[in-house]
Amino acid sequence: MDKILLLGDEAIAQGAIDGGLSGVFAYPGTPSTEITEYIQASKEAKELGIKSEWSANEKTAMETGIGMSYAGKKAMVCMKHVGLNVAADAFMNSAITGTNGGLVVVSADDPSMHSSQNEQDSRFYGKFAMIPVLEPTNQQEAYDMAYYGLTLSEKFGTPVMIRVTTRLAHSRSGVVRKEQIPQNEMHLPGNHNQFILLPSMARKSYSGLLGKQSAFESDGESSGFNAFYDGNDKSLGIIACGLAYNYLIENFEDGKVPYPVLKIGQYPVPSAMVNTLYEAVDEILVLEEGAPLVEELLRGLLNRGKKIRGRMEGSLPRAGELNPNLVAKALGIEVEEGFEIPSVIKGRPPVLCDGCPHIDSFEALNDAMKPYGRGHVFSDIGCYTLSALKPLESIDSCVDMGASITMAVGAAEAGLSPSIAVIGDSTFTHSGMTGLLDAVVKQVPITVFILDNATVGMTGGQHSAALGRIEDICKGIGVEEEHIRVVKPLRRLHDENLAIYKEEIAYKGVSVIIPRRECVQTLSKRMKLKAAAKRNKK
Amino acid sequence: MKKDIILGGVGGQGILTIAATIGTAALLEGLYLKQSEVHGMSQRGGDVQAHLRISSKPIASDLIAAGKADMVIAVEPMESLRYVNMLNKDTGWLITSMNPFANIPDYPAIEDLLKEIWKLPRYITIDAEKTAKEAGSIRAANIVILGASAPFIGIKYQSLEQAIRKIFAKKGEDLINLNLKALKLGFDYAQKHR
Ligand SMILES: Cc1ncc(C[n+]2csc(CCOP(=O)(O)OP(=O)(O)O)c2C)c(N)n1
Ligand code: SF4
Repeated sequence: MDKILLLGDEAIAQGAIDGGLSGVFAYPGTPSTEITEYIQASKEAKELGIKSEWSANEKTAMETGIGMSYAGKKAMVCMKHVGLNVAADAFMNSAITGTNGGLVVVSADDPSMHSSQNEQDSRFYGKFAMIPVLEPTNQQEAYDMAYYGLTLSEKFGTPVMIRVTTRLAHSRSGVVRKEQIPQNEMHLPGNHNQFILLPSMARKSYSGLLGKQSAFESDGESSGFNAFYDGNDKSLGIIACGLAYNYLIENFEDGKVPYPVLKIGQYPVPSAMVNTLYEAVDEILVLEEGAPLVEELLRGLLNRGKKIRGRMEGSLPRAGELNPNLVAKALGIEVEEGFEIPSVIKGRPPVLCDGCPHIDSFEALNDAMKPYGRGHVFSDIGCYTLSALKPLESIDSCVDMGASITMAVGAAEAGLSPSIAVIGDSTFTHSGMTGLLDAVVKQVPITVFILDNATVGMTGGQHSAALGRIEDICKGIGVEEEHIRVVKPLRRLHDENLAIYKEEIAYKGVSVIIPRRECVQTLSKRMKLKAAAKRNKK
Repeated sequence: MKKDIILGGVGGQGILTIAATIGTAALLEGLYLKQSEVHGMSQRGGDVQAHLRISSKPIASDLIAAGKADMVIAVEPMESLRYVNMLNKDTGWLITSMNPFANIPDYPAIEDLLKEIWKLPRYITIDAEKTAKEAGSIRAANIVILGASAPFIGIKYQSLEQAIRKIFAKKGEDLINLNLKALKLGFDYAQKHR
């Protein structure tokens, strides 16, 4: 078959489609978004009837995936690394229930935090849940692992995780497809108690999971994703996980590494292969993207065996992503960088787009908050978080999705007044609604701004589940109707809006203000499509 | 054949179109390709970069090693300088537009930027916007830069033309011709000033 050019993310998507997928469930998040978007845009997926609508958050996505697996079909759930924190309850328990139809969970990590609030390593979650984890080295493996992962999950009756990192997720290369596996027919689990985690049944299921561990490990020795390459120079042995393997190969002419190398692409860590390497060499260098998971296992608490080098020991930096030169230095290969970057260069941080509705929302908020000084505005994650930077400098927090409302509640309970929350429309339906319910039940005086730009702006303009529902949700939760105020964030309406802001901030109960104007990016995209459609009609 | 290319610019300036065109041309010539793009945060007026690697042999790393790039291609002068540490000191070329995109308050004086660029041993600086206007639209400035890079990429000029036809196919014959003209003007300029 011909090679097609795919991003790592797209390769996962195509691999799953070809592997017999029936549904992908996801909430957007860099660098995972393109997996689901590829399936949404794929004609083939549409013809195959593969479900691909966005979910409200990662937990609902994960549970929907479990439900599809229960009904006997193959499902994939995708998220960015921090999304797995949101899905963690469902994820951990899915390891205990096991699967009926194949279930693959893709978690996309972002070492160096290109667009994230931390760089947690999802492999720990895989280990925590005691399920197989696949970590691709290149786009072809990303395809192969999604294809294989769905089958592997069915073979063991366990969910399988695929862990990718930013560089592979967002890098394009040629991929060869395999023959398409037909989708499963719907069929219920043979054991009616499989998905009932009552203690008596959960104990049985858990011991079943424990019993599968050695089989998971031996599969990793035969699947081909873990491989041992011998080398003549036994002064050093190298363990290279996932993407890090490329940076190793890059440093040697024609990829010929003189040292024995163990490439790891499937976890649990293949202990027999590690042992073979350990016995053969004087010391070991571990190359892994993310946290020193393998290195820490090898060193152990006492670190008494042969020397183990890596991110913990200091041959590589403890934080941030790897690159070919960092690996070269760890190998003692000299690298010569290019020219010195001249000092005239200035940083060019991301900013809110010209004409962005958030700018007008925050200008009015800044004026409303002038009498109180800084320290009152709890924000959330989205484009509007950029208001933390100059020139707006409007907000005082950004922790995790949904935390704005609940932090405002906590601070108000401590006596902070006024206590303000600022949250985007998509973030509100992702995980802000339950916090608002807390506020209403506790009767805490807070003012919540739900910035409704009618899209998930931050991740490129996906459909927002909040669209057309925000007032009804707030009312349903119990916010008084006269304290749900909709304004249009425009410069010419500044004074009018400011007056409303002030009124509601002064109110000693739960109030919601909804500044509503569409994101200028999605608006212009829509207009262009409309114009094109018109042209085509003529 | 092996070329490691860093592309730099500001979100929305069209560096991914340059990357896609070179990539398509490379595939037409049966070469291997890896192209790592930047998505997300940095799209909102922030700096963006892409790593493009083409080779007649399989490619390992998605990232180019600092000091090993054959070219830096930039659609903005300050952005071109941001990546000079990536260039191979002995052979690397820097090709950039001279038109600043000054969306930050402390944007340096253009003379200071050009002075730094002109210190490099191998560079092409071109007024891409003026040249693009000559071709028919200022929006083809990125293709002018691609044209100015064409003599150094190691891919046949005809393949780049063919790639442009493919990439702009849906946009109509007029836009294809405009971009082909932009490519040619950039190419001629570089041939004259290299
Ligand atoms: C748990 C989690 N999931 C996903 C993300 C990625 N992410 C950051 S903000 C955001 C949504 C922002 O949408 P919205 O609240 O509507 O604000 P906008 O960007 O449109 O202003 C997403 C999906 C994240 N940071 N954390
Ligand atoms: S993408 Fe939309 S919401 Fe985000 S900064 Fe731009 S206009 Fe504002």
